Amino acid sequence: MTWFKKKETPSQADKSADVLWSKCNACQEIIYKKELERNFSVCPKCNYHFPIKAQERIAVVADEGTFTEFDSTLAPVDSLMFRDLKKYSERIAEAQQKTGLRDAFITGRCEINRLPAMVGVFDFDFLGGSLGSVVGEKIARMVEKAIDEKMAAIIFTSSGGARMQEGIFSLMQMAKTSAALSLLRRERLPYISVLTDPTLGGVTASFGMLGDVIVAEPGAMIGFAGPRVIKATIKADLPPGFQRAEYLLQHGVIDLIVGRRTLKATLGKLLGFLYQ
Amino acid sequence: MVKHYLDFEKPLMVLEREYEELQRFAPRNDPKVSARIERLEKMIAKEREDIYAQLSPWQRTHLSRHIDRPHTLDYIHLIFEDFMELHGDRGFMDDPAIVGGFARLEGETVVVVGHQKGRDVKDMGYRNFGMSHPEGYRKALRIMELAARFKKPIITMIDTPGAYPGVGAEERGQAGAIARNLREMASFPVPIIVVVIGEGGSGGALAIGVGDKILMLENAIYSVISPEGCAAILWRDGSKGSLAAEALKMTAADLLRLGIIDEIIPEPLGGAHRDYHVVAAHVKEAVVRNLGALKDVPEEKLLADRYKLFRRMGTFQEK
Ligand SMILES: [Zn+2]
Repeated sequence: MTWFKKKETPSQADKSADVLWSKCNACQEIIYKKELERNFSVCPKCNYHFPIKAQERIAVVADEGTFTEFDSTLAPVDSLMFRDLKKYSERIAEAQQKTGLRDAFITGRCEINRLPAMVGVFDFDFLGGSLGSVVGEKIARMVEKAIDEKMAAIIFTSSGGARMQEGIFSLMQMAKTSAALSLLRRERLPYISVLTDPTLGGVTASFGMLGDVIVAEPGAMIGFAGPRVIKATIKADLPPGFQRAEYLLQHGVIDLIVGRRTLKATLGKLLGFLYQ
Repeated sequence: MVKHYLDFEKPLMVLEREYEELQRFAPRNDPKVSARIERLEKMIAKEREDIYAQLSPWQRTHLSRHIDRPHTLDYIHLIFEDFMELHGDRGFMDDPAIVGGFARLEGETVVVVGHQKGRDVKDMGYRNFGMSHPEGYRKALRIMELAARFKKPIITMIDTPGAYPGVGAEERGQAGAIARNLREMASFPVPIIVVVIGEGGSGGALAIGVGDKILMLENAIYSVISPEGCAAILWRDGSKGSLAAEALKMTAADLLRLGIIDEIIPEPLGGAHRDYHVVAAHVKEAVVRNLGALKDVPEEKLLADRYKLFRRMGTFQEK
């Protein structure tokens, strides 16, 4: 049995090599896809954590059948009429087409080892998981709901940072979400952030780093500035392992590194500590 | 006297330089000189009107970063009395890219915090071009916590290209330092006035930018990313900064229209650097007036209103 249910599509029925096999981005090992799925999309050979979609993440941590989605109708608008090489409105439409999502973030309530929590999950495939108004609004609402229903909030990040096409509104989502978390904190309700590859920019510099407990997936790139920007600024090579979860753990920036296979158990245990 | 001119000010420079030279060196009672001076005055006035009446976002970007533009310490000395600078984050170092401390404003004790850029090459290096390390944000937080505890209003001044992107900054938790400031500023039970005085660069600016009233100087900018950075990513060409500056909607007028800031503080024609005293007087008036309006607001309402202010920011649809 796979750990999440995948829709059977015609292309999956087709038995070409691409469909059956995946190549590990880290060790180049060719892995049977069914085996990869059974292993929570973690390379059985080198422990590389493949990126997973928001729905898959929910399947990893939530007790089966307990997830109820909130605010699924929230959708982005191009209020600045932003146009770079392409119109933002076109980018939105393409991303929606590609992912079947309205924006880069899913929120809802679920149980984790039978303990209730509000969860929010990024989907990196939607415009690089960028932080726009919809993401910020969904976070504010889920945190307010956590306060109303007196439960913990957990956010799983994977994001390149701000959504530039939303200009100043994107920046202000950092303040908006952090303000919501200040209310949760005042109510003495727990907030856990789970940082997955990659978590950068304004996402790290707001709710990403505000967890009462900050968990990261192995090997995840986590930082404020991106490595290329830093390299260009300091005009020198970066230390080995720089901005990876293991490096940050060593420097005291995060609490724990937890592999995907034990993530649910760890979150359940943490909620247990925080609730009772 | 203006020391440095921007590219688009070159026609004005020619006139102003001649005018200054005549004023200083030409014989006073020569009627030809007086006529020329009179004519120059008219030409300068017209040229100023022409250049500054319709500044593009890109031109304002350059004005906001003007090397002669007044910085936080200039405003502090022109607006407040008895400023006492406090130093250090109590953990690692004193970050000169952010300054802060106690001061008096019309007799009342206040706390002031701001990014500090340098003036000459040496000073710019010392101030790291106003780009703070985590310790700068932690120092700011420490000083603002004093304000919260001793019930003093907070005034912050934003003027930074952004938080410093460096190895040490990342190792010591740059993102976490910014994040904690955002969260804590949302909950300080004292009035907070934010003034964007120059460059409002991204999260490094916002890290001292959560407050009850957000004021912005006429030629300041405030943006999620620098126009050059945005151009490099979205246009794949860092030289397309002028296009990005238009698209990002980062001028004071844009941000007032978008409901992000509360008020635009006027600058002297040609920019704040043309008259420190005039611009400082405008800033002082706006800060005093806005603080006055918040003075008697009960704590709970102050915090609820501040939450609402940021809570409503963003645009989306529900369909
Ligand atoms: Zn592998």
